[in-house]
Amino acid sequence: MNSMSYAFAIAAAGVALLAVIEMLRRQRFRERHAFWWLLAAIVSLIVSIFPITLEWAASVVGVEVPSNLAFFASIVILFFVTVQHSSELTTLEEKTRILAEHTAMVEERLSSITERLDGEMRGHS
Amino acid sequence: MPALHEILIVMPAFNEEEAVGDVVTEVLNALPGVHCLVVSDGSTDRTSSVAKKAGATVLTLPFNLGVGGAMRLGFKYAVDNGFQYVVQLDSDGQHDPSCVPQLISHLDRADIVIGARFAGAGDYSVSGPRKWAMKLLSNIISRIANTRLTDVTSGFKAAGPRAVHLFSVHYPAEYLGDTIESLVLASRAGYAVAQVPVAMRPRAGGIPSHNPVKSAIYLARAAMALVIALWRTPITAKG
Repeated sequence: MNSMSYAFAIAAAGVALLAVIEMLRRQRFRERHAFWWLLAAIVSLIVSIFPITLEWAASVVGVEVPSNLAFFASIVILFFVTVQHSSELTTLEEKTRILAEHTAMVEERLSSITERLDGEMRGHS
Repeated sequence: MPALHEILIVMPAFNEEEAVGDVVTEVLNALPGVHCLVVSDGSTDRTSSVAKKAGATVLTLPFNLGVGGAMRLGFKYAVDNGFQYVVQLDSDGQHDPSCVPQLISHLDRADIVIGARFAGAGDYSVSGPRKWAMKLLSNIISRIANTRLTDVTSGFKAAGPRAVHLFSVHYPAEYLGDTIESLVLASRAGYAVAQVPVAMRPRAGGIPSHNPVKSAIYLARAAMALVIALWRTPITAKG
């Protein structure tokens, strides 16, 4: 690995980490959404600074080509992120459904009360 | 037999301005004293105002939630307003409101009564792959519900007090949730399902599809809904 690609890897990981931290700081996403991204960014920063850690980890789990371990780890992280999104989407759909039910009920009550009031007003005048 | 004023007729309606007025009028004439609720399921036409003018209570959902979503709101309304019995009726006029007392009368021995289209009365029929799909579904659900059912996809159903209570909280709002999953859920919670033969009238508008591809997709989605319904943790009956 030449020094150019070494620097490039560190820069890419650094940008990713900064992006996640900045998004968190600006409250663009909540901490439970940031967890997987933070993890991915920190791990990739460590690995890009010390490539030896990846080689070591690959030899520990018995992966022959270290970069394959990196691919595998990224896929796992992406998998968890999408699963989490699906589950949150379901929760949100359920919440909007409940809100829709509520507005429908409130609207009906409001219109029946308005009608009754109108009737009373007409009765008084 | 419960009095008519204890019964809530729920009609999910999606863009039914042409049929819904007549159906509401017919329901109120055939069943004097009954409360008629139309759930306008994200309709973009005059469904709400037509139904209201005809004498129904109207709940307007801001967007389309499907029949399951509309029915869940209907059950919620029933519980909030003290109705013990809910009858689901299509707003396109294919169900005959004069069959309602017949359905209700069977609620003393069952929690859910289905108005079945193929059980003898009337001349409603479908053919080809769709028929096989519906038959297969009926057989499977008959086994789960422990009773012989011939038409589980019917939109003409009556629910007794226990079922109304269950459905107001747990009515499945997913695709085919109003037919397959609701029956599976209720049967597994220990509620009894029964069926009564009813005559069907031709739909006011639209033609039932006989496209084999559509039927296959329908069957696949129904099978999926069934599998998911059986996977879910059963709800235990209370009260």
